Amino acid sequence: MTDSAHHGPVTATAPRARAPGFWHNLAFWGLLPSWLLMGVALLLPILIIAAVSVATRGAYGGFEWGFDLSGYRQILFNEGWTGELEFTPQYLVIILRTLALAGVTTLICLAVAVPVAYHIACQPPRLKAALVYLITLPFWVSMILRVYAWMIILGRDGPLPRFLEFFGAHAGLSFMYNDGATLAAMVYTYMPLMVLPVFASIEKLDGTLIEAAHDLYGNRWVTLRRVILPLTAPGLISGAILVFVPSLGAVLEPSLMGGGKQMMMGSLIQLQFSGGRNWPFGAAIAMTLLVFVMIVLLLIARRATAKESTA
Amino acid sequence: MSKRHDVKRYPGLNALNLAFFAYLYAPLAVVVAYSFNDNKIAGVWTHFSLKWYGSALNNPALMKALETSLIVAAVATVVATTIALMAALAIIRGRNVRYRRLSETIVNLPLLLPEIVLAVATLILFSLIGLQNGMVKLVIAHSAFCTPFAFLPIRARLQGMSLDFEEAATDLYASRWVTFRRVTLPLIFPGLFSGAMLAFLISMDDFITSNMLSSGGTTTLPVYIFSLIRAGTSPELNAIASLLILASLVLATTALLVAARGNRDRL
Amino acid sequence: MNQKAVEVIGVSKNFGSYQALKSISFDIRSNEFFTMLGPSGCGKTTLLRMLAGFESPDTGSILLNGREVVEIPPHKRRVNTVFQSYALFPHMTLEQNVAFGLENLGWQRSRIRSRVGEMLERVHMSQFATRKPAQLSGGQRQRVALARALAPEPEVLLLDEPLSALDLKLRQAMRDELRMLQRDTGITFVFVTHDQEEALDMSDRIAVLGGGEVQQIGTPTEIYEEPVNRFVADFVGETNFLPVEVLEAAGGMATVRTPFGQLIRVSAPAGVTKGAATLSVRPEKINLGDQAPATAFPAQVVNKNYMGGYTHYLLSANGTEFRASRRNASREGDTIPVGGTIAAGFAETSARVLLA
Repeated sequence: MTDSAHHGPVTATAPRARAPGFWHNLAFWGLLPSWLLMGVALLLPILIIAAVSVATRGAYGGFEWGFDLSGYRQILFNEGWTGELEFTPQYLVIILRTLALAGVTTLICLAVAVPVAYHIACQPPRLKAALVYLITLPFWVSMILRVYAWMIILGRDGPLPRFLEFFGAHAGLSFMYNDGATLAAMVYTYMPLMVLPVFASIEKLDGTLIEAAHDLYGNRWVTLRRVILPLTAPGLISGAILVFVPSLGAVLEPSLMGGGKQMMMGSLIQLQFSGGRNWPFGAAIAMTLLVFVMIVLLLIARRATAKESTA
Repeated sequence: MSKRHDVKRYPGLNALNLAFFAYLYAPLAVVVAYSFNDNKIAGVWTHFSLKWYGSALNNPALMKALETSLIVAAVATVVATTIALMAALAIIRGRNVRYRRLSETIVNLPLLLPEIVLAVATLILFSLIGLQNGMVKLVIAHSAFCTPFAFLPIRARLQGMSLDFEEAATDLYASRWVTFRRVTLPLIFPGLFSGAMLAFLISMDDFITSNMLSSGGTTTLPVYIFSLIRAGTSPELNAIASLLILASLVLATTALLVAARGNRDRL
Repeated sequence: MNQKAVEVIGVSKNFGSYQALKSISFDIRSNEFFTMLGPSGCGKTTLLRMLAGFESPDTGSILLNGREVVEIPPHKRRVNTVFQSYALFPHMTLEQNVAFGLENLGWQRSRIRSRVGEMLERVHMSQFATRKPAQLSGGQRQRVALARALAPEPEVLLLDEPLSALDLKLRQAMRDELRMLQRDTGITFVFVTHDQEEALDMSDRIAVLGGGEVQQIGTPTEIYEEPVNRFVADFVGETNFLPVEVLEAAGGMATVRTPFGQLIRVSAPAGVTKGAATLSVRPEKINLGDQAPATAFPAQVVNKNYMGGYTHYLLSANGTEFRASRRNASREGDTIPVGGTIAAGFAETSARVLLA
């Protein structure tokens, strides 16, 4: 028996097969602009803001380079006259509110989107297309206008207080400037981001699997819990990310609906950078927010790779 | 009843869906309805009037903001779509592409990161390098975050397109440039169009970044509206909002119709 | 033991203006392998889905072991289905798939475990118990789908073209396996197919469906040898339709004049009257050359197709073309040249007058 590999490793010494130069260059020149743009407008700024988060606050706004963790310290502690640290929950409350509002927004969107998307997926093709169009449509309306609409609805003299007055509530009622108002606007603005991916995954679901579950003595509830939900989980998860991540960074909803007091991390960051406030502190909050988002994305990525390796 | 036990049907879904679509459109309808109120206090109805539309259209600050927004959005759309098209061609059609995955992540990065963080980071960068021109600042930032929105539809279209067409063109003596111009480009046009529309929409809609970067002369439409809202709800604001809602709906319908037409002669 | 497992009584179904089923009635006996055979769109799948409970008839009723089931939802019918696409739950292991129905029936855990083991053993899939459906071949999925549907011991097992997704060799093996499984379990199988060979091979009885109606019900031999009408004769097997003239018909027999000038007495279904009619003769029943009977007539060979074991001939006599096939019993079997003339004929018992 002769083993050709032992004699002449011809293939190993042969020049590596190269693609035609055109395609090689195409890959390089094609990707160059996007790398440049993202480098200048994205990666570089992120590096700088990381540096600013550990810089010193300037005397007249702005900052001075250095290494100073006071920006981060300020999130939890207040520095007293003599330099002693005093725990102040003020900003921690904002962080927790941000996480809670983003979480609740995601859950509400999920709870509404699943039945709605399921129902749409069950419709005949033409009606289905029309309904998907109707869901997409409001999403094209500017975000700020969609938040504004809720200011009108919930605000004094708005339709909702008027409606309740009709049923005996006292006049001059307003539902504005609290967490509930912020939540209402967030759910409304992010809803399409949830419905569309959930719809896409439910639509792909093979209807005979639902029939098979019923055939094997499963009622509607068993079918939902053991067949429909597990099989559409990827769509539900991607919808949840699409809602949760922007919810964490929400700015418009808390600043318009929550009023000055009920801030979220996004509006807090905005405040620190407008009108020459505390840049290192703002940068520290921004880095914290970035870390939260990264944690969520990493968890999802790990889940995805774990799934891939078991499949 | 012909389907006595349709196993896919769950009770109450019809009602829920009706309620859902009402919920989706009622807020927009309220804004439009309030815009026709003659009374200065928006919430107190006196009688029907179109006067606030008149005053909205004669508002020079509004027109200036609209102009700024349109210019920024137009330039950012062209830049973002061009960059996205090049990147998509390189990533999907290029061979031996190094860092393919990394490049894709980089292009999509603005989708993953909270916009407020990018906005303040860009603000710091521009103030460090002393960039003063508001328009340039807006165009750079908008181009960056619009790129993934242009990229995704183009990429999807290109990925779904068989190489056979391009190979057939080459087989029929077309040069690479002719192949690109007469085969690739027309075939990915619907993706290109949706991408450009999305980029334009996202740019027009942006508040967070524009609010951080805009200075005196370069107030965009959402930033201007924000300042109006801060000053208190007014019927004129409702009229402006109604006009913009109408414009968005018309634009969206046109975009979706064009996209649907493009998909029609797909093999 | 001739109990009725299923009774279909006057069932009709319209989809819009399309009549899928036109008032159909028949019975399926307990413990039989019953096949619904027909071309696509004949209503066989609709009928099967009605037995499972996924569709309801517009009119009529369906009885399972004497009990009216039209109002009973699928998850309360003791009927299981083997789906055409198998419909195995992709997120569950094979064990979990097979256990699914038993869990919903509220079986005890230990009983479920032993039943699942037994069923996977029975379809030779025990070693794959913890795999997921995506890791299996088509034939293996088919077996698991069978195990899953049989595990709850249904009163009736419904099979919706379960072999159509398999390749030819596997299909033959699965036919034997299905037939044996049915004999072993004694469960009533209702099998839907458009493949007449499958139907003839496996069934105790066959219902031929066409145009939303039952064309004929009978054993495979009855269906093949005594088709009642042109539709059945055409759909099941190959046949020649010869224009004949009925001279006299009575008592299940008829005297006809063939286009080749013969006068023969053949079997005929009730309802055949004097006048023009159609005679069905299967190609393999036409004998050629020295095998031809005394009533043979000369025919010209127009074309022939050598198939190895058989040769198919296209023949012409008296201006009428017809097909014949002959087994190549020896190497010299196929010696008749195209253009040549040969004696052809058939036994009177091999031909049948058809309605319509």
